[in-house]
Amino acid sequence: MPKPVGMEVSFAAAEAVRLANVDVIAAYPITPQTHIVERLSQIVADGELDAEYICVESEHSAMSACAGASAAGARAFTATAGQGLELMHEMVYVVSSMRLPVVMAVCNRALSAPLSVWSDHSDVMAVRDCGWIQVFAENGQQVVDLILWAFRVSEDPRVLFPTMVHLDGFHLTHVIEPVVLPDQSRVEEFIPEYCHPFPLDPERPVTMGAYGPPFIYSEAKKAQEVALRSTKSVILEGWKEFEASFGRSYKPIESYRLDDAEVALLTMGSVGETATIAVDRSRRKGKKVGLIRLRLWRPFPFEELRESVKHIKLLIVLDRAISFGGPGGPVASEVRSALYHLRSRPKVINFIAGLGGRDITPEVFDHMLKRALEISARGQEGEFEIIGVRE
Amino acid sequence: MSGKKEKPLGWQDLEVGYIVTQAGSASQYKTGDWRSQRPLWDHDKCIKCGICYIFCPDICIVQTQEGYFDADLFYCKGCGICARECLTGAVQMVEEEE
Repeated sequence: MPKPVGMEVSFAAAEAVRLANVDVIAAYPITPQTHIVERLSQIVADGELDAEYICVESEHSAMSACAGASAAGARAFTATAGQGLELMHEMVYVVSSMRLPVVMAVCNRALSAPLSVWSDHSDVMAVRDCGWIQVFAENGQQVVDLILWAFRVSEDPRVLFPTMVHLDGFHLTHVIEPVVLPDQSRVEEFIPEYCHPFPLDPERPVTMGAYGPPFIYSEAKKAQEVALRSTKSVILEGWKEFEASFGRSYKPIESYRLDDAEVALLTMGSVGETATIAVDRSRRKGKKVGLIRLRLWRPFPFEELRESVKHIKLLIVLDRAISFGGPGGPVASEVRSALYHLRSRPKVINFIAGLGGRDITPEVFDHMLKRALEISARGQEGEFEIIGVRE
Repeated sequence: MSGKKEKPLGWQDLEVGYIVTQAGSASQYKTGDWRSQRPLWDHDKCIKCGICYIFCPDICIVQTQEGYFDADLFYCKGCGICARECLTGAVQMVEEEE
């Protein structure tokens, strides 16, 4: 059984990609993703991984090269962050629509302007509807595990969708954490060989990315939507198999001290661990507080969310992005929408915090819990409140 | 993805990623219904030079057995390039409804 070793999370992510034995890596360095691709470049240069490392001139090209590689039957990986994800935006949609199982680590970063290299989820929310499977990691171990899992699920012939593994920039990418790296042989058992049913092959020519005039476009998009929703069973199967192989379990929605809770926090990404500290503090004061972590962001886990909040009276949703002029933070507006048709549902209060790398400490969660009770007593003014903004 | 087949494809008929497995299937796509004008050849003026055939961007102009030219209206989009390029003014564009 491998032992945990102290390792920068970006390096651990690179090690996961090495263990997954990828064929092609095409990436453009951008803070805070840089250490992942620098490390991968070194791993390939040192001959530790038999892969093509393509130094592209932009993120748009990175995703384009991954598309071509994946279409030819190669296992392809890239990583990006913030503005880089924005620059590759066009190709992000193309890869999912063409059903190419590329895996991408997204080191969540705020979007300009003002220029910020620090973490929040505005980059994620800009690719929310792009048709990729998306999961959020909370710590270094989860980054490794979810990258390995992502290759298995994405490349499954019943799936064939790309996957984004989200990890918060700096808060995860640049910290050193204890990480268990699985044995190569176990990883090879866990991730079967990638076989696209119609790869680019001169012996068996096909047309990819064809023109879709109005008479067929709606049918194409319906097929894509049904296919993405139906990946859920393979996603769950992948996590079950992961647990059987490596002993760590994952779920679309993961909870903490939720069973008898009346008030629940809902988070995504690295702040989930911080939130447990605030939950424990509240529990010590006798308050029935629990935590819901959204692990699977796409396809959205409607059933699991509804099940997890059925006994909750007050649900506090933390967003790390603003939907400007919209119906509150993107996560809260989706949560509200998912719960709207329930006969009995919790009151949903939305806070926005942690923008552009502003720390979300346990005290911030304490404040949210206190503030949510005040708001709950008299109703929230507007759709959301931004925590910790100076007047 | 065919415009010529009798029963149009439903969403469950599409291959994964909208891959087209049949080679040359674009030939089944009817572009003729984009047309609002169609070319007409005046055989008295036509010198059978083939300029219209060369310039047609859809390669939809065909030569008849007598050596004259005509457009395959399944594909002809009515762009009018043949009429514009014709050296003798033998090609005229006429409104579809006429």
